[in-house]
Amino acid sequence: MLYAGVDIGSTAAKAVILSEDKSKIIARRLMPSGWNSRLTADEILAWLLSEERSRDELRITATGYGRVSVPYADSTLTEITCHGKGAAFLGGNDSTVIDIGGQDTKVIILSAGRVIDFVMNDKCSAGTGKFLEVMANRMGLTLPEFFALAENGKAVKISSMCTVFAESEIVSLMGLGTPRENIAAGAVDSVAAKVCTLVSRKSQSGNYFLTGGFCEAPLLVEKLSQALNSEVNTCPDARFAGAIGAALLGK
Amino acid sequence: MDYRAMWETLGMDVKTHDLLCEALPGMFGGVFLSQENRPEGMDYFYSVVAEIHGLRPAELVEHKKNGGKVVGTFCIHVPDEIPIAAGAIATGLCSGSQFWVPGGEKKLPVATCPLIKASLGARFDRTCPFFRLADMFVGENTCDGKKKAWEILAEDAPMHIMDIPQMKRPEDYAHWESEVKGYLKRCEELTGNKVTPAKLRDAIILLNKKRKALQRLASFRKLDNIPISGKDMLLVTQIAFYDDPARITEQIHKLCDELDERAKNNVSVFAKGTKRILLTGTPLSIPNWKMHHIIETSGGAVVCEEMCTGIRYYEKCVDESGATVDEMIHNLVERYMGGIHCACFTPNNERIDDIKRLVKEYNADGVIDVNLKFCNIYDIEGYFVERELKKEGIPVLGIETDYTDQDTEQLRTRVGAFIEMLGN
Ligand code: SF4
Ligand code: SF4
Repeated sequence: MLYAGVDIGSTAAKAVILSEDKSKIIARRLMPSGWNSRLTADEILAWLLSEERSRDELRITATGYGRVSVPYADSTLTEITCHGKGAAFLGGNDSTVIDIGGQDTKVIILSAGRVIDFVMNDKCSAGTGKFLEVMANRMGLTLPEFFALAENGKAVKISSMCTVFAESEIVSLMGLGTPRENIAAGAVDSVAAKVCTLVSRKSQSGNYFLTGGFCEAPLLVEKLSQALNSEVNTCPDARFAGAIGAALLGK
Repeated sequence: MDYRAMWETLGMDVKTHDLLCEALPGMFGGVFLSQENRPEGMDYFYSVVAEIHGLRPAELVEHKKNGGKVVGTFCIHVPDEIPIAAGAIATGLCSGSQFWVPGGEKKLPVATCPLIKASLGARFDRTCPFFRLADMFVGENTCDGKKKAWEILAEDAPMHIMDIPQMKRPEDYAHWESEVKGYLKRCEELTGNKVTPAKLRDAIILLNKKRKALQRLASFRKLDNIPISGKDMLLVTQIAFYDDPARITEQIHKLCDELDERAKNNVSVFAKGTKRILLTGTPLSIPNWKMHHIIETSGGAVVCEEMCTGIRYYEKCVDESGATVDEMIHNLVERYMGGIHCACFTPNNERIDDIKRLVKEYNADGVIDVNLKFCNIYDIEGYFVERELKKEGIPVLGIETDYTDQDTEQLRTRVGAFIEMLGN
């Protein structure tokens, strides 16, 4: 039996297959969630069944906000439980897990690999991937371009927490001729600050682990470490944390 | 039954009201009738909600035809024994549907608690018969939102405002006692009936009987095998605010007799391993079934509500020993002020003590603190709820929500994750 985890988030869908003893990741797949979770889920199934794997030898667990659109899953779990489990697998056994997702941000407290508490951002998208996406869009950039630009910027203060207001704020900053790199750096700072507020509602552990798509955005990791006054660990597989956790929890 | 003629006579906006009538059955069916193994005794309560704007209002109309009066209240600090002793019918007025919220937002800031917005909307939009039938609306200044909203409501409805203290010192009890006496006078004037010791005692006994019936029903939720869902219990509690007290008492006991049988046979409406959740927070007025539905379709069972639509409404009885009207009022105040721990008081440690005690009594696995959006006092008090329960090792989840469905998926994730957390 192999264990598969399917994590359909608001922007990206992730899937992994774990070895029989659940100790190794033997395959990974990352794709945009697209506009139809069902189609995405079907595409993932085709991938899961490639390389001559049969459905019977797979135990599939779905998670993420699109988990209800994975009809072939053997079971479903929330992304909080899965991200916690996945982060523990990746080395964050006793840590505060920060997951910056496309639509929401969660802080999960792990103790000996178990979720003991968590908090999610409220309805608003400040402090989430959405915030950066909107800002990048407004500046006509892709997210990687946006981060590259921000690397060289001297952050300006963006005072609006609300994404809609922040968007008009950067429009007026651009109108004033503020260098774009400074605006981009300011937006990254703003997300780090907001995440820091969320974290401080739950933990003072000082041992942080970042999961989600920003695991390979060193600038954000750095800014987060500064804001939290403590090193934030992560690794390239951290974007698969939800899928890994789901696979691990498959029975 | 067709109640349209009655609604017309009550001056309601029947066309708009039809929209509500159309939406309710579907909503009700999805939440209640989808439950497996419902007790038969619930049928009475289902039939009452099915005609919530018909059956009971028709009785109130009848009562008024005979010269009787109807008194509507918004807060469980206000003793229903008083209007009842004066020969009036007392009815709850709090509104739990998004349907009325836009109407309230015509007059109130959007950043007002949905309960208040819905209450004003129900009156000004003329889409709730109870808000047409009440001859007197009893408001209180428990929170700032209500205090100021009642000034707006008073432009259209006959209000009686009571000044509830914000602390529980001896002088505050004395103040509430004088407020209750003022209320009694006002009720006597309204109905033209004198409140005699005998009538007041009868009212106290009548409502104590209702409380005891609700207590008996709630006690089934302490069992390992819970024979009734949290949703059903919530519905019974909500209806208790509107229905004829003697009739509902009898119906609750009937339901309990059935549950006695179930208990003997270890019948549970929940699957093994279902997590036991205690809810605390702001009131869940009818038809607000949102949190119960989410919890009970996510692997949880609501075993207790430390809320005004729960334990706070029925847990304690009024001392029946008073001989004079004054003594009885004193006893009422002891119960209605001393026995209810609302966040409008400072300090309010007794509420935290209650939650801790109830977690033990009902053997809850975790607590969900659910507060209406823009309710400052409960939101702020959530700080202590979370901190103090954590000290005892009791898991807590804080939720802020309103009457809309737009956050349902987010709530499902949070509640789902909380229940998964309790299970690992
Ligand atoms: S929450 Fe407080 S103000 Fe509201 S009904 Fe209950 S006791 Fe009254
Ligand atoms: S829920 Fe809070 S804000 Fe709303 S009426 Fe009650 S005390 Fe006031």
